[in-house]
Amino acid sequence: MDIFLQQIINGLTLGSVYAIVALGYTMVYGIVQLINFAHGEVVMVGAMVALWVITALAGSGTTLPPLVIVLIGTLCAIPACMAVGYAMERIAYRPLRNAPRLAPLITAIGISIILQHLAMLIWSRNPLAFPQIISNPVFHLGGATISGVQIAIISLSLLMMAALTLLVYRTKLGVAMRATSENPEIAGLMGIDVNRVISITFVIGAALAAVAGVMVGTYYGIAHYTMGALLGMKAFSAAVLGGIGNLAGAMLGGMLLGVVEALGTGYIGNLTDLCHVSWISSDLAERCAVDGHVILFGSNYQDVFAFVVLILVLVFRPSGLLGERVSDRA
Amino acid sequence: MSLLSVRSLRVTYGGIEAVRGIDLDVAEGELVALIGANGAGKTTTLKALSGMVRPAGGRVTYKGIDVTGMASHHLIRQGIALVPEGRGVFARLTVEENLAMGAYTRNDPPGVSADLDRVFELFPRLSERRAQVAGTLSGGEQQMLAIGRAMMSRPRLMLLDEPSMGLAPLMVQKIFEVIQSISAQGVTILLVEQNALLALEAANRGYVMESGAITMEDAASALLESPQVREAYLGQ
Ligand SMILES: Nc1ncnc2c1ncn2[C@@H]1O[C@H](COP(=O)(O)OP(=O)(O)OP(=O)(O)O)[C@@H](O)[C@H]1O
Ligand SMILES: [Mg+2]
Repeated sequence: MDIFLQQIINGLTLGSVYAIVALGYTMVYGIVQLINFAHGEVVMVGAMVALWVITALAGSGTTLPPLVIVLIGTLCAIPACMAVGYAMERIAYRPLRNAPRLAPLITAIGISIILQHLAMLIWSRNPLAFPQIISNPVFHLGGATISGVQIAIISLSLLMMAALTLLVYRTKLGVAMRATSENPEIAGLMGIDVNRVISITFVIGAALAAVAGVMVGTYYGIAHYTMGALLGMKAFSAAVLGGIGNLAGAMLGGMLLGVVEALGTGYIGNLTDLCHVSWISSDLAERCAVDGHVILFGSNYQDVFAFVVLILVLVFRPSGLLGERVSDRA
Repeated sequence: MSLLSVRSLRVTYGGIEAVRGIDLDVAEGELVALIGANGAGKTTTLKALSGMVRPAGGRVTYKGIDVTGMASHHLIRQGIALVPEGRGVFARLTVEENLAMGAYTRNDPPGVSADLDRVFELFPRLSERRAQVAGTLSGGEQQMLAIGRAMMSRPRLMLLDEPSMGLAPLMVQKIFEVIQSISAQGVTILLVEQNALLALEAANRGYVMESGAITMEDAASALLESPQVREAYLGQ
């Protein structure tokens, strides 16, 4: 098996999900300069609602094809998440629009805790099996494999990214969003209802998060009330990697982070196998002779990479890969 | 009856009273100049009239309706457009997108595209740079864009805040020609200016503002003759 190619494929799958979630962080940051730490929880809500609907439908003995059932689950998750995103902004963030920046940040953490615990009350504290009802054919590609679900995740993500880019750069609403993100006061002078544009931004981000929730649920076959936290932090890292506030940056950052994480996970065991340097101690040489490997960091360190990347970006290039400063001469 | 009528308007920032109960009238079709020293409260007055700050007191009547404290995104729909101090163009949007935002409230594509042609005719420089982001324009070009953008809403009342600020003499002249041509097309104008001479030469009437209050009000020609104005604002 070609580990490299396989991990690239796995990384792009994961990266697609990160990118979709990172877009939510970056759009909201772009328009209100707020890091919505509760965004990961919206992904979780999406997964849970879809799980609910899909489980109910699949268990009801309906003759609907599985793909349609998943589609219905997704179409229920999207408005649910949109409502959560809208309510979050309306109830929690809007009153704090002119407060010191620490206030909305702490509020975001509070919302994230509230959402997690509400989800725990509704969907229990146990990991739930996300129904994997669609057939998942496996295709061979070089020395690696790619599954139908992986293909679906990657292509659907690319499609959503293209649609979002068109929306933001080719429609009147999109121009209004960019205008608002640059200068809300002047945007208001143009007749743009700034509050409405901000609401729409949260709602679009939440809709993307809903789809991401269904994707991770389907991919891993599991959902849990805390699943949004780690995913959210990674997607946030991806947004920072690309340059927070920058759409293309979030997409690139998400994909890159997914690939880095997959490659890291694929190779870290081998790279930190102390038996490569078994000559440094006779004890070690003995253990290597017996076990073959003495691995310092195994693939259970997979979650570390995103944060190593985050720290490296913050130290060496805080504005991110694509986060350039446009000079304002005005 | 005047198109815009301001009575006892007060605006405060925290504890500071920047506008202390001013009265001001602008009749339909008039070009009125508002002059005054730095910090007199001219920008604050325009911000209150365009909904960017909420007045602390007083009353603003426009077209006979009370618009005191109305938000800017509603006022533009009533036909009030502001060309803000420092231009306020969207630096990351292209020239064309900036102009499109000026027409944000309009739903008549043919009319909008006709007005776009008119703006490009008036400012050929903008036409050449239509796909360029506004942040890369020169100061004068940005001012043209700010005025063009305000024109795109087809306003009935245009408020201009120091359109000549920081521009070379030739550009100042050009901007004033444009303002007069907009006025000649029937748009009512309230013009705030540091360049009192040019403003009063262009205007029908003028107001002088000092420390948040209106201290003089007269026909522009009379203000140009007034010894106080000549000494304080015309440097003569
Ligand atoms: N956002 C603000 N917060 C606090 N004080 C302000 C604010 N904006 C203006 N002021 C104060 O209000 C007063 C009037 O300011 P304003 O900008 O209206 O003056 P101006 O006549 O436009 O001056 P200039 O000719 O320099 O533009 C000034 O004393 C200014 O310091
Ligand atoms: Mg001013």
